[in-house]
Order: sequence, then structure tokens, then C-alpha cells
Amino acid sequence: MIVVVIVNSPGWPAVRRAFFDGHEFTSSLPEISRAFLTNVEIFCIAEGFILVVGLAIAVMRSLPGPVFFPIRALAILYADIFRGIPTILVIYILGFGAPALQLSWLPTSTVVWGIVGLVLIYSAYVSEVYRAGIDSVHPSQDAAARSLGLSRSQSMRHVVLPQAVRRVVPPLLNDFIGLQKDTALIALLGTVEAFRQSQIDVAATFNFTPYLATALLFVAITIPLARFTDWLLNRDRRRRQSAGALG
Amino acid sequence: MRKALIAPVVALTALVLAAAAGAAGARHAAVAAGCDKAGLPLVTKGMLTIGTDNPAYPPWFGGGELKGSKWKIDDPATGQGYESAVAYEVAKRLGFGKAQVMWKVVPFSQSFAPGRKKFDLFVNQVSYSPVRAKNVDFSASYYDVAQAVVALKGKPIAKAAGVAALKAFKLGAPIGTTSYRAITDVIRPKPGPGVYDTLNDGVTALKNGQIDGLVVDLPTAFYITAAQIDNGVIVGQLPAVGGQQERFGLVLGKGSAVTACVDRALAAMRADGTLKKLVGTWLAKSAGAPILK
Amino acid sequence: MSGTDGVVASGRAAAPADALRLEGVHKSFGRLEVLRGIDLAVAEHEVVCLIGSSGSGKSTLLRCVNLLEPIDAGRIHVLGTEITGRGVDVDSVRRRIGIVFQSFNLFPHMTVLRNVTLAPRKVLGLPAAEADARCEELLVRFGLADKRDWFPDRLSGGQQQRVAIVRALAMQPELLLLDEITSALDPELVSEVLDVIRELAAGGMTMVLATHEMGFAREIASRVCFLDGGLVLEQGSPAQIFADPQEERTRQFLKRIVDAGRL
Repeated sequence: MIVVVIVNSPGWPAVRRAFFDGHEFTSSLPEISRAFLTNVEIFCIAEGFILVVGLAIAVMRSLPGPVFFPIRALAILYADIFRGIPTILVIYILGFGAPALQLSWLPTSTVVWGIVGLVLIYSAYVSEVYRAGIDSVHPSQDAAARSLGLSRSQSMRHVVLPQAVRRVVPPLLNDFIGLQKDTALIALLGTVEAFRQSQIDVAATFNFTPYLATALLFVAITIPLARFTDWLLNRDRRRRQSAGALG
Repeated sequence: MRKALIAPVVALTALVLAAAAGAAGARHAAVAAGCDKAGLPLVTKGMLTIGTDNPAYPPWFGGGELKGSKWKIDDPATGQGYESAVAYEVAKRLGFGKAQVMWKVVPFSQSFAPGRKKFDLFVNQVSYSPVRAKNVDFSASYYDVAQAVVALKGKPIAKAAGVAALKAFKLGAPIGTTSYRAITDVIRPKPGPGVYDTLNDGVTALKNGQIDGLVVDLPTAFYITAAQIDNGVIVGQLPAVGGQQERFGLVLGKGSAVTACVDRALAAMRADGTLKKLVGTWLAKSAGAPILK
Repeated sequence: MSGTDGVVASGRAAAPADALRLEGVHKSFGRLEVLRGIDLAVAEHEVVCLIGSSGSGKSTLLRCVNLLEPIDAGRIHVLGTEITGRGVDVDSVRRRIGIVFQSFNLFPHMTVLRNVTLAPRKVLGLPAAEADARCEELLVRFGLADKRDWFPDRLSGGQQQRVAIVRALAMQPELLLLDEITSALDPELVSEVLDVIRELAAGGMTMVLATHEMGFAREIASRVCFLDGGLVLEQGSPAQIFADPQEERTRQFLKRIVDAGRL
């Protein structure tokens, strides 16, 4: 129905020419694919850091007692600030601001600062996801671990976190799909990644088809990621429920 | 070519004279050339809507920021700066008085978006290319331009004497510009280029040392070194991309009925020395950079 | 009250024979005072059953002994060491005391064997092979050998509780605390768990049980303590407590149990 409306709209021939040009598609795709490797690289590096930093923040936030109040407060402040500022602003401020300090030991690489920005923002989101997971593990699990003599950190590491992380895999993936898309924001700093490459192609030809090619590349990597998560979750469920039948 | 232009030139001259005489007379003169402004499919009836990006930079625009105006750095409506002056001159020759020209903020990327255009003309240092011309109309050239490399004084790149010497440096350019193609097609440096949304971002990256050199058109290069950075220097002009003289054209909607009229006006301006005079007024300082080979 | 005074005389030196000794232990949750001065001594190899109605403080007492709940006042000694003083390493105290909970609290993401070997490996630092050997021996002993690679979700309640007991035993505790360990089980599964406790009692394990199983308490306990209102109101041999309770509150409690058909 919607397709019929679109195809019969008066502007459709112009839109088709501008967005669905087969020649532009095939001629721009190789270069955009190469640029897309930069997105993948940024994504992989950032994700590694985010998993660790986000977890650290979440653990800091779940430390009990008045002794740890300053650490908890810092973690909360961090999560509030970096979830509050638009991603694009953080990337701009860091990417153009930090190198402007002219400190010789600070890197000037736009990719580095772009990654730092993404890590700061997504760690804040991911820490909240982890925290929800940690809170969802019943306190009796920690009590059982502590009663066996495990320290607070051992209980966290071996008992609470493994259960917490399993429960939050789907929302974590959700954030990572967001992250993967936001790698395009690093283009603002001048890095030629897939989106910027397609912008260059569009500007050179005044034809929008390269955007379509870029969109397809992003979708193409999202789908396997989503299926992989489904597979992980299913495997975990199967293992927990059927191992006995094998035994 | 020259011959074919004679008729329109005559017509336009008549048009200008008629415009001075009165609106009714102008219509008469324009009808003869097929460019009666009442008959043109304009965005706003009776007005010539001209788009450009905001901020508007010297030397293309001038006059500074006006109080209460949305335009930054310079205001196109002042008539100052090369592109503003050209635009008003073209408008005048089409029969539009100063009050009948309406400036509109149009980001570069919107200038070529498919669909109905929100402007009659777009003037923003857009370079003509045959591929681009498949999707929009370009007017004849209103400025023949060269690309140049801007750097910070005292940096190694500032001593580069030829194109080959630039290959080792990280270069940047604003997106959608021939400057970018000058990097990838003419210089072909080893480090990948930095590509920026705005001229400002590119200048910031240059100041920050994130790039060694910024490639922009020559008049912009003079503006950057004169006004935007304290210790800037023009390394030199680059040879034309693909050996083709680069030229700026006004952008119009594909198949616009206005294009032919604008071309006639520009041809007349070139023929009677008006363009040269405007270049002299606004871009005189933008000459004399060393040519890199 | 005379019975209580007889067992814990104030000022008595910490006798090495006492596996566990509580002196005037107080514990409140907000305004609710759950323990109001508990005095209790448990000798080595003794099996002490705590009985009393819900809310009498049995579970809280056990959790306090394991330092899962900090106490407000009083002292607790385990094998001659005060564990409630300042600067006590709670983790090292806990590794000497095993506790089994009403709700099993097995780790659902680990197999039976990993549940049991976790603490020996991480707390005692045993090599994996050694921990596995020690724990498999226990699993065999308690009839769980074929379940070693199962995840807890697939086990019956009785099996889960037996694994929980084995998990506590794997740390070779000097004192075992059992908190209503059969209360969450279907009736037909209770006996398999009680069999395990019987075997442990026969092996000389020092145990403190909070329980509703009066028949079992009568059978296995060396001593029965009746808790009421946050105090040890009466204690004595099973024969004495069940046949000839001295306190009116104890008689009322036991009458309710008998009327409910649970004794």
C-alpha cells in the first residue's frame, strides 16, 4: 500500500533517479566498503573499552555502605552527565577541544578522540544496563557466596556478574547497535569513514544513491550481530535446561 | 559563441535601461528576450530567491553581521563581497531591484536535494562538473578558480615547493568541494585526507595540528590567512583537477526556465567587463600566490 | 531461665571445647528487636536444634553467627575466637562456618560440580584437580555423583538442597548452620535431606539447626533450644523439652505443633 503510494507520487521518478541509481551504487560501493572498515575498527575498539569501563562504573555504583559514598556519587555523576550530553557534542568538544590544548603528550588523532567520546558516552549507558543486571540478581546469591568465604569482589566476579551479564545481553546488544551507528559521528572530526565517504560521493555527483549503499552496509553488519546474540541466548538456555538429559 | 551572445546582450542592455525607466518598461524589454520576470516560474512571485549557506564568508560575502539578521560573519543582503555583488548584478539584469531579491539560508547539501527547490538561484562557490550537472542546472562560470594549500607558518609543509613535496602531509578539505578532489586526484598524499562539514571545522583541525594543510579555493585561502588564523600562510596554488579549469556556477533546479536567462545575464556581464570589475573590487587581494607544479 | 544460666556462666573463660558461644547478642531491624540478648553455647560434636514459632529469631540468629547480619550488641565466639570484634576478617570466619539456606541458593549458572568447587578453589586456593577430587568424593558420598554436570534448574528440590549441603561441606567447616533446610521442600523430598543430616551427625559434625521438623529434632538433637521473643527461653535434652517443658510458652508452642499433627 505504502509502496504503491510512493511509486505513484509525482516526485517518484526524481527520487528514484536520486536514490536508486544502479550505476552510482556499484561505482560508490567499493570505496564506501573500504571506508566502512574504519567504522568496524572504531566499533570494535570502542566496544572493548565500553564493556570494561561500563562494568567498572556499574560495580562502583553498587558498592555498599557510607564508606563508598564518594565513589558511588562520582559514578552517578558520570552516568548522568554523559547520558545527558548529545553524542555529537561530546565528539565535537573532545575531537576539536582536546587537541586545541596543544599538549604534546595528548594525541591529536581524530579517530582516537572520536573513540574516546564514544567510550565515554556508551559506557554511561552500558553501566546502567549492567547495574540493572546486578540489581536483578537476588541478594541471596551474594549471601550464599559470601557465606562460603568468598570476598565481596570474588562474589561479584564469580556469582553476581556472570548471572547479571547473561540477563542483560539483549539490552547490551541494543546499545551496541546504537554504538555501531554512532561511529558515523566521527566523520565530524574529519575522518573519512563510510558515511563521510558517501557524503563525498553524493557531493561529487549530486546523487544520493551512495547513502543507500552505506545504509545497506550498516544493516548488513547489524543483522549478523543480532542473530549472534539470539544464538548466544538460546545456547545458554539450552545448556541450562538440557544438560541433565545428556548426563 | 560570441555572435550568439549579441542578441541577448542587446536585450539585456535594453532591459537594464528599461528597469531604470520603470517596471512596465522592463516587462516590455524582457518579453523580447523570453525572460519576462512575470513569466518565470519563481519560488515567490515577483521576487528572486537566492540561497547560500550560513555563515557567509569573505571574500564571497561582505559587510559584516547586521543587527537582528540571522546571517553570521557577513550578510549577503549588503551587496558586498564578490558573490553577493554578482548575485545582485544578475538580479538587476533579470529585472529585479535590490528590494526584490530575497536571501535564504540553504545548506550546501540541500542545494542539490531532489524535489522542488526552495530557491531560484544558489550561490556558494559550487564548482561545475558534468556529473553534478546531471542532477542540477549550472549557470555559466561567474568565477574561474584555483585551489590552494593553507598551512601554519614554520611547519615543515610551509616549505613545500611543489605538489610532490606535499605527498607526505596530512591534508584536509571541506566536504563536497573540489578542494577534496585536489587532494585525492592531484596531490595523492600518503595519509588519508580529513574531510570536514564546514570550513570552520577544517580551520580548527589545522590550528589543532590534526592536519598539516587545509586545501581551499584561493580567495578563501587568502581570507583564512588574513582573518582566521594569526600564523597562517598560503603554501601555493594547485594545478587544476583533471587539467580542467575549475569554475564556479550558480546552481538552479534541473531544467529550470531561469537558467538560460541567468546565462545570458552572466554572458553580458563578462562581455561588458562587469565581472572583471567585480573581481577587481572584491578579489583583488586574492592573487599572487606561488603556483605549485 | 535457670537452664540457660547453667550452661553459660558469665565470666567463664572461653573453653576450647565450645564450638560456638553467644553472649548477650542483640539484633534489631529498624525498630523491630529480633534478638534481645541471646546466650547460647554449643560444644564440639553437639547438634543443637533451635525451635520456636516464625519470627522468634531462629534464622536471624544463624545469619548473625555467619556474620551475614552485623549484631548490635553482645559477642560471638567460634572455637575460642571472638568473631564479632573489630578488625576481624569476616571472610576467614565464614570459611570455617558452613551455612545452608531454606531456599538452597545454588548458583544457577554453574554445574553442580562448579557450585561445589567454587569456594575450595577461589577461597582455599586449591588446584582445580584437587578441588574436583575432593568434591566428587563428597558428591559420591551423598548420592549425587551422576548429577555433577547438571545445572541446578534441572534438579529436584531435594537434590538441590543436598548439593547445597555438599557445597558447604566442601569447605570442611568446623561448624555447620542449617536454616530451615526442609521448609521449601515437597514432603516426599524431606527424608532424603534429613538422611544427609543424620549421617553428618553420626560423623560428629557440630551443627546448629533451625527447624520445624520436631520429630527429627527429637531424634537427632543433643540439645533443643526453644526461642521465644528473641530470647532462648528454655533449653535441654530432647526428652526433657518435648516430654516435660518447664515454660508455659514452650508448652503452648509444642501443643500447637502436636495439634497440627507435626509431632
